[in-house]
Amino acid sequence: MARVVLLVGTRKGCFVLESDAERRDWSVRGPFCEGWPVYHAIYDPDSETIFAAAASEWHGSAVWRSPDLGETWEHSSEGLTYGEDGDLKLSKVSGVSAAHGRLLVGAEAAGVFESTDGGKTFSLKSTLDGQPGRDAWNVPSNQPPGHLGMPAILPHPDDPKRFWVIVQGFGIFETTDDGETWTPRNKGLRADWPLEDERVGYCVHKMVMAPDKERLYQQNHVGMHRSDDAGLTWTEITDGLPTEFGFAAAAHPHDRDSFYVIPLDPGHGRVMPDGHASVWRTRDAGSTWQRLDQGLPHEDAHLGVLREGMAIDALDSPGLYFGTSTGQVFASADEGDSWSEIASYLPAISSVEVAVLD
Amino acid sequence: MAELHLPATLPPLFPGLPRELDVEAGSVDEAIGRLDEQWPGLRDRLCEPGPKLRRHIRVYVDRGPAELTTELETGSRVDVIAAISGG
Repeated sequence: MARVVLLVGTRKGCFVLESDAERRDWSVRGPFCEGWPVYHAIYDPDSETIFAAAASEWHGSAVWRSPDLGETWEHSSEGLTYGEDGDLKLSKVSGVSAAHGRLLVGAEAAGVFESTDGGKTFSLKSTLDGQPGRDAWNVPSNQPPGHLGMPAILPHPDDPKRFWVIVQGFGIFETTDDGETWTPRNKGLRADWPLEDERVGYCVHKMVMAPDKERLYQQNHVGMHRSDDAGLTWTEITDGLPTEFGFAAAAHPHDRDSFYVIPLDPGHGRVMPDGHASVWRTRDAGSTWQRLDQGLPHEDAHLGVLREGMAIDALDSPGLYFGTSTGQVFASADEGDSWSEIASYLPAISSVEVAVLD
Repeated sequence: MAELHLPATLPPLFPGLPRELDVEAGSVDEAIGRLDEQWPGLRDRLCEPGPKLRRHIRVYVDRGPAELTTELETGSRVDVIAAISGG
């Protein structure tokens, strides 16, 4: 029977939650990574390894790895540096992705690092030099508290040389030649602030890909958006949602028209509106939205969910999961129709990812 | 030979690394280098590019504040401290 494994990155280490395909009863193991703040933890099915991007205030940044689902761990930061003399300083590794036999790691200051030896060593692939906005986005005065630099990298599932990155506060950039050249992919996005260059200056929180590999969805600082041409152009699909703001998003693994978001209050509170915990789903590519809250708390639940805080598995009836800034993990085994709380007292959660193991 | 005392947060990161050990080194930087030879990656946990000590790491030699360049003598006591900070 399949095993379903959740990797939960928190401010105090990584946790591993595990269940069977029923996804009813869950075990919790951890904390791992010596309690370091984990910004993003993933499972790589090719190498059967957990990777966790982490940054300690005392001991710096590293990518942790476990080849046995958390039983043993090692870490490395070899090559995770902008060097001795440059103007960039690496404060944290904030996102990790695995595809096509390698790791790609996003960092602050914004840059992409690559590992082709399973996370033992890393090399700098690109800092997007020459792109519009590049001279401004690493300047501390332009950055919000907790700046993540490059919080996400989305590899194309079929083309190893093609991937997208998010530069926080500036937008999406695509490469089709493995980081040699880049193109901003923000056309049609909204910005409620002045832009010096229309190509950049958009606050993209999370981007996910539909199963047709052409449609993309994103949760933006201002609005939900959809692209039907792999990011060349974007259309806003916010109407029908309680707020335009949020961080997390998930695309249905079998239905290109289904997409999930967690709207939050857009002020600095950034929690679910009215203390009513809800995930919202569209089944028609954003024309209409449905509130999903059965089993979630409806009162006094002032929950925040960060940009990597929601995941969906690829079982026939996909399971949906989200983790909160107050340490709860909620799960649904029926595409979000009903929910249960599967962990209650974890540290503040930065990321949730899911893997289904045979 | 200098006598090194390491912070409690360091040994869990490197299997076999003790809290206290003796190292033959002429400076703090050299002592960290000796440890890095035996436990690769250890320098990164204490230093950032420059090289310089990480912001929340302090080193004292014979109870006095020290830098990477501080010289060591036979019998020097080196305390590496992780700052009492965080929450």
